[in-house]
Amino acid sequence: MSDEYENNKSGYQAQSSEAITGSAGSTSPDIDYVRPAELPEQDLYHGHTFITKWVFCQDAKVIGVQYFLTAVFTGIVGLILSWLMRLQLGFPGLAGFITAEHYYQFVTMHGMIMVVYFLTALFLGGFGNYLIPLMVGARDMVFPYVNMLSFWMFFVAVVILMASFFVPGGPTGAGWTLYPPQTILEGTPGSGMGILLMLVSLALFVIGFTMGGLNYMITVLQARTRGMTLMRMPLTVWGIFTATVLAMLAFPALLVSAIMMTLDKVIGTSFFMPTILKAGEVLEYGGGSPILFQHLFWFFGHPEVYIVALPAFGIVSDLISVHARKNIFGYRMMVWAIVGIGALSFFVWAHHMYVSGMNPWFGFFFATTTLIIAVPTAMKVYNWILTLWRGNIRINTVMLWCLGFIVTFVNGGITGIFLGNVSVDVPLSDTYFVVAHFHMVMGIAPVMVIMGAVYHWFPLITGRLLNETLGKWHFWTTFLGAYSIYFPMHYLGFIGVPRRYYEMYDSPYMTSAVGMNEFISLAAFLVGAAQFFLIFNVIKTLKTGKRAPKNPWKANSLEWHTSTQPPEHGNFGERLPVVHRWPYDFSVPGAKDDFIPQTTPPSEMVHTKVEKT
Amino acid sequence: MHAGIIFFLVILGSILFHIFTPWYWTDIASNWKGMDDTITLTFWVGGGVFIAVCLFMIYCVFKFSYKEGRKVEYKPEDKKLEKILTVATTLGVAALLAPGLIIWNQYVNVPKNSIEIDVMAWQWGWQYRLPGEDGKLGTTKVVNINDDNPFGINMDDPFGRDDVMVQSDIINLENNRPVKILLRSVDVLHNWYVPQFRAKMDAVPGVVTFYWFEPNRVGEYEVLCAEYCGVGHYAMRGGVEVQDPNSYQEWLGEQETFSDLIAMQNKEIETKKGCKK
Repeated sequence: MSDEYENNKSGYQAQSSEAITGSAGSTSPDIDYVRPAELPEQDLYHGHTFITKWVFCQDAKVIGVQYFLTAVFTGIVGLILSWLMRLQLGFPGLAGFITAEHYYQFVTMHGMIMVVYFLTALFLGGFGNYLIPLMVGARDMVFPYVNMLSFWMFFVAVVILMASFFVPGGPTGAGWTLYPPQTILEGTPGSGMGILLMLVSLALFVIGFTMGGLNYMITVLQARTRGMTLMRMPLTVWGIFTATVLAMLAFPALLVSAIMMTLDKVIGTSFFMPTILKAGEVLEYGGGSPILFQHLFWFFGHPEVYIVALPAFGIVSDLISVHARKNIFGYRMMVWAIVGIGALSFFVWAHHMYVSGMNPWFGFFFATTTLIIAVPTAMKVYNWILTLWRGNIRINTVMLWCLGFIVTFVNGGITGIFLGNVSVDVPLSDTYFVVAHFHMVMGIAPVMVIMGAVYHWFPLITGRLLNETLGKWHFWTTFLGAYSIYFPMHYLGFIGVPRRYYEMYDSPYMTSAVGMNEFISLAAFLVGAAQFFLIFNVIKTLKTGKRAPKNPWKANSLEWHTSTQPPEHGNFGERLPVVHRWPYDFSVPGAKDDFIPQTTPPSEMVHTKVEKT
Repeated sequence: MHAGIIFFLVILGSILFHIFTPWYWTDIASNWKGMDDTITLTFWVGGGVFIAVCLFMIYCVFKFSYKEGRKVEYKPEDKKLEKILTVATTLGVAALLAPGLIIWNQYVNVPKNSIEIDVMAWQWGWQYRLPGEDGKLGTTKVVNINDDNPFGINMDDPFGRDDVMVQSDIINLENNRPVKILLRSVDVLHNWYVPQFRAKMDAVPGVVTFYWFEPNRVGEYEVLCAEYCGVGHYAMRGGVEVQDPNSYQEWLGEQETFSDLIAMQNKEIETKKGCKK
C-alpha cells in the first residue's frame, strides 16, 4: 500500500489540473473549480508488524477502535457497579456484602467512570479518531505518533483506575465530585491509596487527552481536503471539534485541582483544607477553601457535560438527516448553536453550586446564563424534528435510537430548566430529581446516540451490517427500560428523597418510595441485561453477518466514499477526494438518486435545484 | 408504524403517571410556597413543550415513514420560522426565569425579625445554639471546641455567655416566626435539610453559611443531611419540632445557657477540689 503513495506523492497537482479543465460531461469548466491544495501530501508511517499495525498503531481508525473498546470495557464496569447500587437501593440487605463503605465506593467509581472514562473517551477518542480524518477528507490525523501516545496514556489511566479496586482500602468513596475536605480525610473509604490512584489516573487522562485533542483540533483546522470548507463539514465533525476546544480549556482546571488535592493529601498543604476537628482532635490543616475546589471542579465539570453532549448533537444530526433522506434543517443555525452552547458552557458552572455556600448573590447571574443556554439547545431540538418533517423516514434501528434520543434529551433538558432556575433548584438539589435529570440528559440520551452511531457505522468499520431484528429488540428494551427507570425517579425527588443514601430507613414520607425503588431496580437489571442483545449481535454479525454493500445507507459524507470499505490505512486510496457541496444534499429536486455525495461536481448536477453547496 | 404507537404510549403513560402519581410533594410547612408554584409553572410550560415536541415527532413517524419515491421537501433553511421559534423560546424561558429570580431575591434577603440559629454539624450529628436575652450569638472558633465548650464559643465574647445551647439533634422552632439558619461544620460538608421546609444550604467547614424560612405548620419533622459527608451520611438525621409560641417559650425556658454550663463546670471543679482536700 505504501508503494502507491510513493508513486503518487505529487497527486495533488494532477487533481488540481483536472478540476480546472473539468471532467467528462461538464457544461462549463468554471463551476467545478476548487482551489488547489496549498501543501503537497506527506506520506504516512505504515506499520508492517502485528505490533505496529494493531497495538502501537498510528492509524487514527485503529486508535479510534482501541479507544472505543477500552471505553466500552470501563462502561461495562460502570454498568455492573450500577447494578450493585440498585441491588442495595431496591432490596436493602439482600446482598450482605454491600456495606455502606462499598456502596459509596460504587457510587463514586460509577460516576467517574461513566462521565470521564466512558463517555468522554468514547465520543472524542473513539468517534473523533475514527471519523474526523475520514469526514474531512484527510489521510490521517496530523500527528499520528502523538495520537498513538494519547491512546496509550488513556490506557494506563484506565489500568491505574481499575487497580484502585485492588489496593488496601479499595477505591475512593468520596463521591465522583471528590469534594474536599472529606475526600482525603481518614474515615472516608479509599482515603489512602484509592484517592491517590484516582488523582494520578485523572492527571494521566488529561495529559493523554490533550495529546489527542490537539490532533482533533488541528486536523479539522489544517488537514481538510480541497473544497471542504468549514461550513461544508458534517455536524458530527463540528460537534466533536467544538467539544475538543471545550475540553482543552476545561480539563486544565481538573488537572490543577487534582494536583492541588494531591499536595493536600501527600505533603499536607491546605489549598482546600480549613481548620478541621476530627474525632476530638484539631488537624494540621488550616486556612484552605473547600468551595475553591468546587469552583475549579465545576469549571471543568460543566463544560464536561457539553464535551459529551456536543458530539452527540452532531452525530445525531447526521444520522437523522441520512435516515430521513432529507437535508438537516437549518444547518447554519445548527453550527452556530453548537459553537454558542460551547462558549456559554463556560459561564454556567456555578449552577451546580446554588446551595454550596458560595455567595448566594451569584445565583442571579448563573441562573440567567443557564437559562440562556436553553435557547440554542431548544433550537437544535426544533431543527431535528423539522428535519423529520416531510422527509422520507426509514424507521430502522439507527432511526429508532435517534427518536429515543429526542424523547430522552427533551425530557432531560426540560428538567434542566427546573434545576437551572436557582430558586426551583433549592428544594430539588441533592435529591433524586437531580439523579434522574442528569442520567436522562447526559447518560441515556448520549448513549442512545452512541448506539445509533454503532448501528450506523458498523458496516463502515467491519464491512458487515448488524442484524436489524436483534437491533430493534435491543432498542426497545433499552429505551423502555431506561425511561421507566428515570422518569418515575424524578418523583422521588419531589418527595424529598436525598441522593447518596445507602439506606432510606423509615421516614414517614419515604416509605412510599420503597415500591418504586424495587421497580426501578428491576428495570435497571433489565436494561443492563438488554445490552447482551448488542454483544450477541456484534459477535453473530462478525461471524455470519450480511456483507454490507458500499455506502449501504446512501449517505453523502466522505467516510462512505473511500477507496475500500472498510477504509484502509490512508483512507482514500490514490487520490484525496475533492469536495463540491455540503453533506446534506438528500432528495434534491431534479436529481436521479435521493442523495448527492459531497464529491459530486456541480457540472454533473446542472439540472437539479441545489440550494446550498 | 409500531414505533410511532409505542412512542405515543410512552408519552401518554408519562402524562397519566404525572396525573395519578401517589408520589409528589410532601406537604409544605414553610413560607416557600413560591418555589412550589414556580415548579408547577415550569411543569406546565416545560411539560407542554415536551409533549408538543414528542407528538410532532410521532406525527412525522406516522406520516412520513419510508416509501420508495416519496416526494421529500428540499428546504435547507427557513429564516422566518427559525426567527419565530427563537423569539418564542426566549420569551418562554424568560417567563420561567423571572419568578425564579424574584423568589431567589427573597431567599437571599433575610427578614429583620428572624431569629438566628447556629446549626453545628459534624460526622455525624447536629447540635443547635440560640441567642440569649441579648438577641445575639457569640462568635466561635473550631479550635475552642472541647467537652467544656461544645460549641467553641470565644470566651472573651460577651454575647456568647447567654447563648442557649441545645445539645441534641432535635431543635424546637416557633410557628410563624422566621428563622435564619446559620450553618457551620467542624469537619466536612453537610447540609441541614427538612423536605417540608423546601429550603436548604450546605454547611462548609471554615465559613458560616445561611438561609432562612418561616415554619407555618405545627408538628414534628425529620432533618436529613443533604450533602454527602461520608459513610454515615444516610444516617445523619435530626429533628425539628414546630410549636405554638406558648409551648415554644416554655421549651426555651428549660434550656441551658452557656453561663449555666460554665457555672456547673466550676461547681464540678470545686467539688473535685473539695474531695481532694
